[in-house]
Amino acid sequence: MSIIADTRPAETAPARATTPLRVTGRRVLRSEWAKLWSLRSTWITLGLGLLFLLAFGTIAALRYKSMLNSGQPMDPDFADATSYSLALFGVPFALIALGVLGVLTASGEYTTGMIRSTLAAVPRRLPVLWSKAAVYGVLAVVTGAVGALVGFLISNGVLSGAANSMSLSDGGVLRGLLGVGVYLGLVGVIGVALGALLRSTAGGISALVGTFLLVPGLMSLLPKSWRADLTPYLPSNAGESIYSLHHVTGTLSAGAGLLVLLGWTALALGGAAYRLMRSDA
Amino acid sequence: MIEARQLTKRYGDKTAVDGVDFTVRPGAVTGFLGPNGAGKSTTMRMIIGLDSPTSGTVTVNGRRYAQHSAPLHEVGALLEARSIHPGRSAFDHLMVLAYTHGISRARVTEVIEMTGLQSVARKRAGAFSLGMGQRLGIAAALLGDPRTVMLDEPVNGLDPEGVLWIRNLLTGLAAEGRTVFVSSHLMSEMALVADHLIVVGRGRVLADTTVPDLVRQAGGDTVVVAAADPAELRRVLAGPGVEITGQPGSEQLSVTGLSARAIGLKAAEHGLALFELTAKSVSLEEAFMDLTKESVEYHAASTPARAA
Repeated sequence: MSIIADTRPAETAPARATTPLRVTGRRVLRSEWAKLWSLRSTWITLGLGLLFLLAFGTIAALRYKSMLNSGQPMDPDFADATSYSLALFGVPFALIALGVLGVLTASGEYTTGMIRSTLAAVPRRLPVLWSKAAVYGVLAVVTGAVGALVGFLISNGVLSGAANSMSLSDGGVLRGLLGVGVYLGLVGVIGVALGALLRSTAGGISALVGTFLLVPGLMSLLPKSWRADLTPYLPSNAGESIYSLHHVTGTLSAGAGLLVLLGWTALALGGAAYRLMRSDA
Repeated sequence: MIEARQLTKRYGDKTAVDGVDFTVRPGAVTGFLGPNGAGKSTTMRMIIGLDSPTSGTVTVNGRRYAQHSAPLHEVGALLEARSIHPGRSAFDHLMVLAYTHGISRARVTEVIEMTGLQSVARKRAGAFSLGMGQRLGIAAALLGDPRTVMLDEPVNGLDPEGVLWIRNLLTGLAAEGRTVFVSSHLMSEMALVADHLIVVGRGRVLADTTVPDLVRQAGGDTVVVAAADPAELRRVLAGPGVEITGQPGSEQLSVTGLSARAIGLKAAEHGLALFELTAKSVSLEEAFMDLTKESVEYHAASTPARAA
């Protein structure tokens, strides 16, 4: 094995004459896409997210069916369940998986030192954040929507013939399933932003879990009047209203919920962008 | 071409780089030399915009690094700290960087071959030895066919074969007309490859010079001579550019500015008896230590005295 310097970088750079080297937005997107798929953690975590959506939805539907068949009085938790609501039983779990992967795609750059290579290649910095958020956001939307759709079909299959089974053509179902994808996609983007903002995996995951799972519980500490005013605007509640089929008073409409969650996402991304531009890497 | 003007970086009340001015020119290997903590890595990080200067500027080929449309084609950098995701293979790591600039897959394969990584290119970079990690870092630095190559402590962790490879690589890159900027805290290593030296200590430039000039500056070549009549010898040797020191009452004199040969001839001419005539050249290592002794950040405690 001869490794003693074959030092001819200049003479042989084949593709240079035809496509001049230049950083473009599209190329940074391509790079971020390749970054995602070249890590095993992406496959594992996306797989887990999908599995949570499908498995928990199926289990919920099976459990419902067995209760239905046993002829016993229905568990109050399941009283007004439909094949749609049962199918989406796994959404909070998928939210954690997809959100954590979002955090990892950004925080992993800092914890490993990869960020130095990344920013040396794209020293303008912001294109990296936008591309990461866009690439991962789209991937999480697709994963979430596909998981929700397949989960719904399975749940419907399990409950076929039951009074509460719904079909894709029922009002709002298809839009709602897509809404699950959008919700999970935005959670993924918020994860990316938190990872970039805090530059730490543990910190990013804690912030994400805190925002979506713990803060809603803390609302009960607030005076009642405030609670009713604030709760619908929390990221988690606004997100859930994107895919809820029926409007309960005290929740936002799907459109308003989407706008509020978009606002939260923009806020998190803005913070991440500020830190990215202002602090040394 | 790298130009630093009054470049300064402070972290809180600690000044890592303190008003540094220097120019690194193409077609030569410029060594960036200094003890640990002298500010070498910080300076290099500022060159490629990872750290922003507290004040002052640094430009690469006339512009700030971030203002270039193809930064990897301007500067290829190997930083001291690892800059790789351990879960990604060497090939994927290079591809990810190549995509940002539209660099071809063929070029990626080429730098892998150039750095001798063919057999491990598909393995996770986290499993690489220190030496393999350095080679991958160098492959990434060469990826964009850069006009300036900047390497921070490149020989760290390399075996002798690797060290030789780096030396040839550096001189080869400079011969192609590229700007080559290499940091090290090892004078001996620099002396073998560097045409030009920038010596720093405590964030300041101590010398911007060449290897022979540095030696001359640090006291150059001294000749120790012992004679029966040192006072007479002193008188005979005195002249412009000649410096003679000696202890009163001692036969020994230290002479700079004259070769041993010239001293011997002059003594013979005047019939002076000599007992000793020794040329003492200052090694590069000594010259470097001499220059930086004031500014070494972390002094080892003196060697522990033998227990009584």
